[in-house]
Amino acid sequence: MKKLASVAAVSAIAMGLSAGAQAEETLDSVKSKGFVQCGVSTGLPGFSNPDEKGNWQGLDVDVCRAVAAAVLGDASKVKYIPLTAKERFTALQSGEIDILSRNTTWTQTRDTKLGLNFAGVNYYDGQGYMVSKSLGVKSALELDGAAVCIQSGTTTELNLSDYFREHKMSYTPVVFDTSDQTVKGFEAGRCDVLTSDQSQLYALRIKLADPSSAMVLPEVISKEPLGPVVRQGDDQWFNIVKWSLNAMINAEELGLTSANADEMSKSSTNPGIKRLVGKEGPKGEGLGLNDDWAFQIIKQVGNYGEAFERNVGTGSPLKISRGNNALWSKGGFLYAPPMR
Amino acid sequence: MIVNDNKIPDMPPPASTVGAVGWLRKNLFSSWANSILTVVVGYIVISNLIPLIDWVFLTSDWLGDSREDCTSGGACWVFITVRLEQFIYGFYPESEYWRINTIFVMLAGLIAALIFEGTPKKGWLGAFTLLIFPIIAFYLLYGGAFDLEVVETHKWGGLSLTLVLACVGIVASLPFGVLLALGRRSNMPIVRSLSTAFIEIWRGVPLISVLFMASVMLPLFVSGETSMDKLLRALIGITMFQSAYMAEVIRGGLQAIPKGQYEAAMALGLNYWKSMGLIILPQALKLMIPGIVNTFIALFKDTSLVLIIGLFDLLAIVQAALSDPKWLGYSVEGYVFVAFVFWIFCFSMSRYSQALERKLHTGHGAR
Repeated sequence: MKKLASVAAVSAIAMGLSAGAQAEETLDSVKSKGFVQCGVSTGLPGFSNPDEKGNWQGLDVDVCRAVAAAVLGDASKVKYIPLTAKERFTALQSGEIDILSRNTTWTQTRDTKLGLNFAGVNYYDGQGYMVSKSLGVKSALELDGAAVCIQSGTTTELNLSDYFREHKMSYTPVVFDTSDQTVKGFEAGRCDVLTSDQSQLYALRIKLADPSSAMVLPEVISKEPLGPVVRQGDDQWFNIVKWSLNAMINAEELGLTSANADEMSKSSTNPGIKRLVGKEGPKGEGLGLNDDWAFQIIKQVGNYGEAFERNVGTGSPLKISRGNNALWSKGGFLYAPPMR
Repeated sequence: MIVNDNKIPDMPPPASTVGAVGWLRKNLFSSWANSILTVVVGYIVISNLIPLIDWVFLTSDWLGDSREDCTSGGACWVFITVRLEQFIYGFYPESEYWRINTIFVMLAGLIAALIFEGTPKKGWLGAFTLLIFPIIAFYLLYGGAFDLEVVETHKWGGLSLTLVLACVGIVASLPFGVLLALGRRSNMPIVRSLSTAFIEIWRGVPLISVLFMASVMLPLFVSGETSMDKLLRALIGITMFQSAYMAEVIRGGLQAIPKGQYEAAMALGLNYWKSMGLIILPQALKLMIPGIVNTFIALFKDTSLVLIIGLFDLLAIVQAALSDPKWLGYSVEGYVFVAFVFWIFCFSMSRYSQALERKLHTGHGAR
């Protein structure tokens, strides 16, 4: 048995090496295929889900579209591969996809041991609490003795116990199997508090009969930076994905939107904007792309703020506030290196 | 002597033993215990049925294009009607829907012709359905020939994908199953041990792990260039798995055939394949119809397991639709719809098998 395992491990490593050798040419293979292969979720509200017409939409999907716009000049040239949580890394390692954009938390193990690289963060998530407004609670520190609804078998459970122990409070866990059951339990009054990742809390809230009766508390008790992932060993492709995301964030900072991109690129005298749209500065040379790569992203996909509001913010039913995902200049964490 | 020659007319049976009242007395209120059971069960059924009918039909909304159109408080079927095309065709391009429709119509026509008693040349028609039609269906679905645009398998989904998985699984697993069953009963040691090993290995692992191996492990062992299509991998996995089950069902049928039949076939001078094809298998398969159809129905429902490897069959595509922020919270409607569609298909299969059993019942039942 041991021998079998070592044979399997050796062949897996050999495969990994050959995959690494291929990975050098992701940009070339994408250009010759004419589309970007992008791994997304099988359905996560606001991040990646199919609409009525079968088009994929969401914040994670917009990262794929931005890369397609930068590389191929057309944001629609993406082949979406829906992946479950278990198969996502294999799909990337085996070359089935070029980018994994599937609300994946950036952790040390994933970044260092799997032969993968995280190209940035497109959503700062974290575990939070939702309470009924009638409870009159304003902070998670008032939750001593509360009954808490959780979904079983997730890290959520561990974070919850850490938080309550750290603050010397007690709680009664009420465990459910699926998110639908968790919401039903919360609605039926089996618990006072529902805990989950913040991005999910807003989606769960819509499932309540009266969504306005519940509120999400401000405390965030865990760090879940979500971002796009690429294969290790192909620095050019890694740079392209990283800077596609940076271009979206920088565009928001400079006030460049999909609506005014045409006009601003012609008339603006702001040097930052001129560099972003490829009139001056580093242009596309270092990335191996056309000079207007960032302009195409903004024109076709929009800046980060637009993507956020359209998919999860005020323009969507989820109504998630910017919070940590605001620009650094507005109290959030989003800070993209300058493009010069 | 006065004799009345006329027969006194029969009295009608007591009113309490005929008609609706009689039926009720006989079947529902035949004793105290039964009467109490009837009342209790009747109360439970009615008290649940009325709200259910109310939810499904009376206060439900059928037409509209957004969740704002669901105002009546009952089921919101708008969610289904808005996305019905997606549930049937998956991500197939809208301009190519006719290709799937053609396959549906052809398949329905062929099955109807095969069921109908008076169809001439049924053997040829059956051969066409099993051998030629899959090729036509493949080129229609996938394209790439006759000027048809290629539609890659990752765009297939919904009910059409469920049917592809089920049909391929059913059609391919039966011949493999027959061969494996014959192999396991063979006198040749190598054939026998290989068949037995194949059956026991595939039957010993859950279908989920077969699908995981096919989707997660296999790509790691073959290089990116020669990567096999995900759907093809799943189809091969399902076929292998079902063949093993089918083989055991058929082996049961083979064992039920009396030894005299084998000996009679040999006495007639028939070789192995002729005695199997002309004498043993026709009897064994007929005996095994309930078991075979049982396996088919289980297979049809098992196809929804492909959702764990990211293929969008009917169940998975409804779940994906439920994650649209615009339609969050209509999971009950979605799952009821899926259950209803699955029930229709499984129930039809079951009825067809019963009809087939009656038709093939040629009087060996006394055995």
